[in-house]
Amino acid sequence: MWEQIRSNQTRTIVLVATLGLVFLLLGYFLGMVFFGDAITGLAIAIVVWAVMNLIAYFQGDNILLAVSGARKISPDDHKRLYNVVEEMKIASGLEKMPDIYIIDDPAMNAFATGRDPNKAAIAVTSGLLQKLNRDELQGVVGHEIAHIKNRDVLLMAMCSVLLGTIVMLAWYGSRFLFYSGMGRTRRTTSTGRGGGGAQLIIMLVALVLMILAPIAAQLIYFAISRRREYLADASSALYTRYPEGLASALEKIALSTEELKTANRATAPMFIVNPFNRKMNELTSTHPPIAERVRILRSMAGASFADYDRAYREVKYDPKGIIRGATAAGAVPIRAPGTEKMDEIQQARETSDVMWRLSNYTTLTCACGTRLKLPPSFSSSQVRCPHCGRLNSV
Amino acid sequence: MIAVYIILGIIAILLIIFVSVYNGLVRLRNQVKNAWAQIDVQLKRRHDLIPNLVETVKGYMKFERETLEAVTRARNIAQQLPPTAGAGERAKVEGELSSALARLLAVVERYPDLKANQNFLALQEELTSTENKISFARQFYNDSVMKYNNQTQMVPSNIVAAMTGFKPGEFFEVTVAGEREAPKVSFS
Repeated sequence: MWEQIRSNQTRTIVLVATLGLVFLLLGYFLGMVFFGDAITGLAIAIVVWAVMNLIAYFQGDNILLAVSGARKISPDDHKRLYNVVEEMKIASGLEKMPDIYIIDDPAMNAFATGRDPNKAAIAVTSGLLQKLNRDELQGVVGHEIAHIKNRDVLLMAMCSVLLGTIVMLAWYGSRFLFYSGMGRTRRTTSTGRGGGGAQLIIMLVALVLMILAPIAAQLIYFAISRRREYLADASSALYTRYPEGLASALEKIALSTEELKTANRATAPMFIVNPFNRKMNELTSTHPPIAERVRILRSMAGASFADYDRAYREVKYDPKGIIRGATAAGAVPIRAPGTEKMDEIQQARETSDVMWRLSNYTTLTCACGTRLKLPPSFSSSQVRCPHCGRLNSV
Repeated sequence: MIAVYIILGIIAILLIIFVSVYNGLVRLRNQVKNAWAQIDVQLKRRHDLIPNLVETVKGYMKFERETLEAVTRARNIAQQLPPTAGAGERAKVEGELSSALARLLAVVERYPDLKANQNFLALQEELTSTENKISFARQFYNDSVMKYNNQTQMVPSNIVAAMTGFKPGEFFEVTVAGEREAPKVSFS
């Protein structure tokens, strides 16, 4: 059952191969135009891509975590979050516990990074921690663990580097073409093959590619990203055996109006829901519409991939389904909801306490019950309680 | 001469297939072992938490001595089970502990003072999570066993399995009533 996901990746592979083909075509024709030699063009394109890949490979996680202002927590900082992550780690059979980060932001979102499942990290916003109950948090964390387990992080990082290279090559290519007077000077270096007509055709193809390649690449990239989101939803339902948890979390997230401050276009596909502009066209979005994801999750009859596939086909009227070959190898029943009641005020206090602590504030409890939070720059040895006026030693 | 080469070639190919199937079986068996170790860790954790829980709760619950004793007894039985016991036997004993624990945690509802106790709240989080971890570990273990068993029964890997002595794994099924659903650890 767990291996099925691997055998159903043919369409992802086709999409990635198409993306690679667009990239190679662009390199080929740019080479023809500028050097009269396709091989040089290909070589340059591949070198640029390799360099960008290396940077992404070695620095990707750190950059992502740094730009989103995420702070790493230890198990004792937030017991519930740590436990939920560990539960999902066990359910997915992941070998190593991922690092856990909290982003201090009222928006509700989460993401996973780590090209290697053994060096992964999960980040959630403080808004998410405050407003989700245990089952919902489990659904979201299950989705993120699925991204790690299915190696989506690596896949999406590679695709986005490919996309970035295509955009860059097309941009510089069009500038050069424009400023060198439509390549007139370069044509003399071509080794006499083909006449004016052939040159013109190559030129036209290159021009069309320079305009269309970035757009096509972007669309393919979005398509890959959306597929992986559906797969992660299906995996989360399977791990938790409770699709309603993720469905209700997604609903809460959709209703919240906050936008994540630290997200940008490059980091958008990493999050559980698109951090911007909720009314985007389906074709040009990294994520499927939330309402649809919720509907699929809610119409699941069991928790297996086959159940998800059936629900997907029903909701999307798409006979092809999303997880091909997902056979029902025995029913996987949905479990009963957790009975833990949620205390939103308690959760909010718990979460803000963690954020204070992570900013190195010290907490003092005065005899009257007031909790004083002292900034790390506080240097005096005594502090007066603003509530009852007692002097407390720091 | 050519015939000899062909025969040698066929033998080489068969050998390669044999080795790769064998390695696949070993990998699956190791996965089952690891999954079992995960369950074991969580069961031990639960055994360690229970004396603490009973100690914390005892002062508040004067009239629930029987429930408390049932938990302690079930825990001791589970702990004394030799490590060589099979999955089926262990599942039975641990299932009994689960239901005793669920009964105890259900009566907690009647003691509001207890729910204000910080120590108890921390224990409650640990226990809920440990119960969840046990059922998730069981989930993963059973899936691993199913995959491994399928592999030892299907052609052609069953031939390799029979030749090298791979035995089918045992499922960790909980048969105690009320444990089939999610752990009914009702805290509020």
